[in-house]
Amino acid sequence: MTGTGEVLLRIEGLTKAYPGVVANSDVSFAVAPGEVHALLGENGAGKSTLVKMIYGLVKPDSGTMTLRGAAYAPSKPGVARQQGVAMVFQHFSLFEALNVAENVALGMQNPPGMRALASRIRQVSQDYGLPLDPGRLVGDLSAGERQRVEIIRCLLQDPKLLIMDEPTSVLTPQEVDILFQTLRQLSAEGTAILYISHKLEEIRALCDAATILRRGKVVATCTPRGKTARDLAEMMVGGTLTPPSRSAKAKGAVALEVSGLSVPSPNLFGTALKNIGFSVQKGEILGIAGVAGNGQDELFLALSGEVRTARDRIRINGAGCGDTGPNERRRAGLVAAPEERLGHAAAPDMSLTENALLSGAVRKGLVSRGFIDWAATRAFAGQIVDSFDVRTPGIRVAARALSGGNLQKFVVGRELSQAPAIVVVNQPTWGVDAAAAAAIRQALIDRAAAGAAVVVISQDLDELLEITDRFAALNGGRLTEPRPTQGLTVDEIGLMMGGAHGMEVAHHVHP
Amino acid sequence: MFILEKRPTPSRFWMAATPVLAVILTMIAGGVMFAILGKDPFEAVRTIFWDPLFDPQFSGYSRPQLLVKAGPLILIAVGLSLGFRAGIWNIGAEGQYIMGAIFGAAAGLAFYPSENRLIFPLMVAAGAFGGWVWAMIPAILRTRFRTNEILVSLLLVYVAQSLLASMALGALRSPDGGGFPGSRNLSQWATSANPELIAGTGMHWGVVAAFIAVIASYILLQRHILGFQIRLAGEAPRAARFAGVNPNRLVVLCMGVSGALAGLAGLFEVTGPAGQISIDFNSGYGFTAIIVAFLGRLNPIGILLAGLLMALTYIGGELAQFMLGLPSAAIQAFQGMLLFFLLAVDMLGNYRIRLGFGRAA
Repeated sequence: MTGTGEVLLRIEGLTKAYPGVVANSDVSFAVAPGEVHALLGENGAGKSTLVKMIYGLVKPDSGTMTLRGAAYAPSKPGVARQQGVAMVFQHFSLFEALNVAENVALGMQNPPGMRALASRIRQVSQDYGLPLDPGRLVGDLSAGERQRVEIIRCLLQDPKLLIMDEPTSVLTPQEVDILFQTLRQLSAEGTAILYISHKLEEIRALCDAATILRRGKVVATCTPRGKTARDLAEMMVGGTLTPPSRSAKAKGAVALEVSGLSVPSPNLFGTALKNIGFSVQKGEILGIAGVAGNGQDELFLALSGEVRTARDRIRINGAGCGDTGPNERRRAGLVAAPEERLGHAAAPDMSLTENALLSGAVRKGLVSRGFIDWAATRAFAGQIVDSFDVRTPGIRVAARALSGGNLQKFVVGRELSQAPAIVVVNQPTWGVDAAAAAAIRQALIDRAAAGAAVVVISQDLDELLEITDRFAALNGGRLTEPRPTQGLTVDEIGLMMGGAHGMEVAHHVHP
Repeated sequence: MFILEKRPTPSRFWMAATPVLAVILTMIAGGVMFAILGKDPFEAVRTIFWDPLFDPQFSGYSRPQLLVKAGPLILIAVGLSLGFRAGIWNIGAEGQYIMGAIFGAAAGLAFYPSENRLIFPLMVAAGAFGGWVWAMIPAILRTRFRTNEILVSLLLVYVAQSLLASMALGALRSPDGGGFPGSRNLSQWATSANPELIAGTGMHWGVVAAFIAVIASYILLQRHILGFQIRLAGEAPRAARFAGVNPNRLVVLCMGVSGALAGLAGLFEVTGPAGQISIDFNSGYGFTAIIVAFLGRLNPIGILLAGLLMALTYIGGELAQFMLGLPSAAIQAFQGMLLFFLLAVDMLGNYRIRLGFGRAA
């Protein structure tokens, strides 16, 4: 694929510092035409800042970029696009209330007429095996289909370099395979791809070369096919990893039982829950997988008590509690840790002490006759910080001052420190560094070992395979029958998550 | 150029220092304005801030006025601040204040000329009830039909003003007033009077109520779970729901408390300094209290100080009008500057300013 010595993009000594943190320090590498080049690193290693500089969103402090032999310093994304650099973001910038063609037109400098654009979209989507109806409302599309809108938006500009930021985090395994076919086809046609990920197997399967970043610096370059996933992981983390350990234990009585749970979504374009049923025993961890937007948030809200249902839909230790609020459920023994740390799990501008009170008031008895016992609350906050190794200057600092991993440890720690009978967590390690993620997973396992029933909602399949006893998937607001995690294959999991959403057909027709 | 950089944790120093800085900036900018108007800026600023309290000629009259004016401002602003903290915007305190005066006066006048000692407490309760009822209209419309409480509460002010005029001309008009608009004088009827409690201080029951409200609201916000929920709902509504806060209950509570306190302020005003229900009974306390609430950073102690400061600019402003011949519009602009500078320097608590050259932000 790679021409001899030919270079499309060369980056030399790129440095970018933000107040208090150096995001990139003296980063250099080169991408050849048609090469699939991986940027590998943990969350916070500086991958995003690097590609934002290439895409003209961030201006480097120093260093140079050369594109096809000419100096390249895009002042804004429009300039980057003109020069043939396109990017698909991890978080889509699409308007849900507009249709596909309108969304594509919004990203173009001089969009053609709607009918012409629609036929071009159809053409490109057929050429690359990405079926997409230009007339459909984006709000009705799955996450995978939304990603196709973004990819096609890029392909219409005929890019020379396509940047993809964590593209598979919203896809089922089958959809990943099909995306890879598309990317390989692009690569064969000479389009270079800069592929950002921390998923090692994907990189080994897809990429020709890899640049590994740690704390803003290039620590290694390698050919990923020649390395094991473990080698790559250790280069990325800079140490050896200890996977969470757990011992098999007998399970107890059913602690949480959900049956026939159907809830409309509180959000426009949200996913309604349809007839969901499962049960979790004491000492058991149930994993709920699914591509984002398939009802995870709605299920979490229904379990935490923020959205109420009929009494008998949800039972805690046999007692109906579907119509009770969050505090009644805490009293009954159910604690919950939401996905969004700032604004949902914690109030950003409040201190850790106040945030400890936020969900700890009921079970820790921090309030008597309406008055807050601040001394006890401070002690509780301090206890969380100590026992979950939360790195913070003190419990008086605002929640938003903590890094994502530390705040997540605080949030999960706050719930687990309440001696709960049932734990519900949504995306417990999203955007968290590897060390903190391992600590959080271990804490969940320990809690289950101590007799709690644990429900983990997550999009990270590796995480679920690692820590859960049983496994189910949400797809379009429906939950599959939970199955024992041990012995599940990736193909089976993919089918539980909804397969490829009708994409296989396209590739059979247009290989 | 200047670069604003967000602080990791809000600065406690600047939170406390910004109101002082705002007052100083207002004095400077106001001084410039007075100079342009051809007045001596130092004399003008001194007349506004110093003379009402310390000038031997005026302070005898002005000093008690300070509490008379600050009392209702503080009482209303404390109530409003609870809602504002929770993100519930009661803009109609002026209307609730008027309704408190009407309800309270009517309750008392119904028993005229009885000398029963229970009448005054009854009037106080009726005043609070009047303000509460008027605030419940936007509260219930919001919780039931998701109407905007800003608009509803604001528009109800004009309804209340019309009701006031109708009361002064009709139902509550004094039978002994020779046909002139206006009710009987409540401050001259011993049963309903709200007199100056300590001679020469301006202290009346409304001022006492304001101090009690400040202390109670301080304890509520610092020590009580309800105060915590109010702050949480304002800062992070989703986190509040996660913490088990019922948003509708909070709307009813905050609107109710602010309405009742505004109603109380109206009642104490009509039985004391104003004396009677008249067409022009209200003097804009309900709107000014919004400024006081923000000037005091929605903090009870801050509101106490802000209410006194605002009252001072009113009294000093009037003094400057007739001593120096400053137009009343200039005084209003001066008061406006105070709010403007306060909001402008507000971001110093959360941001620090850096001088940066060459680099793109």
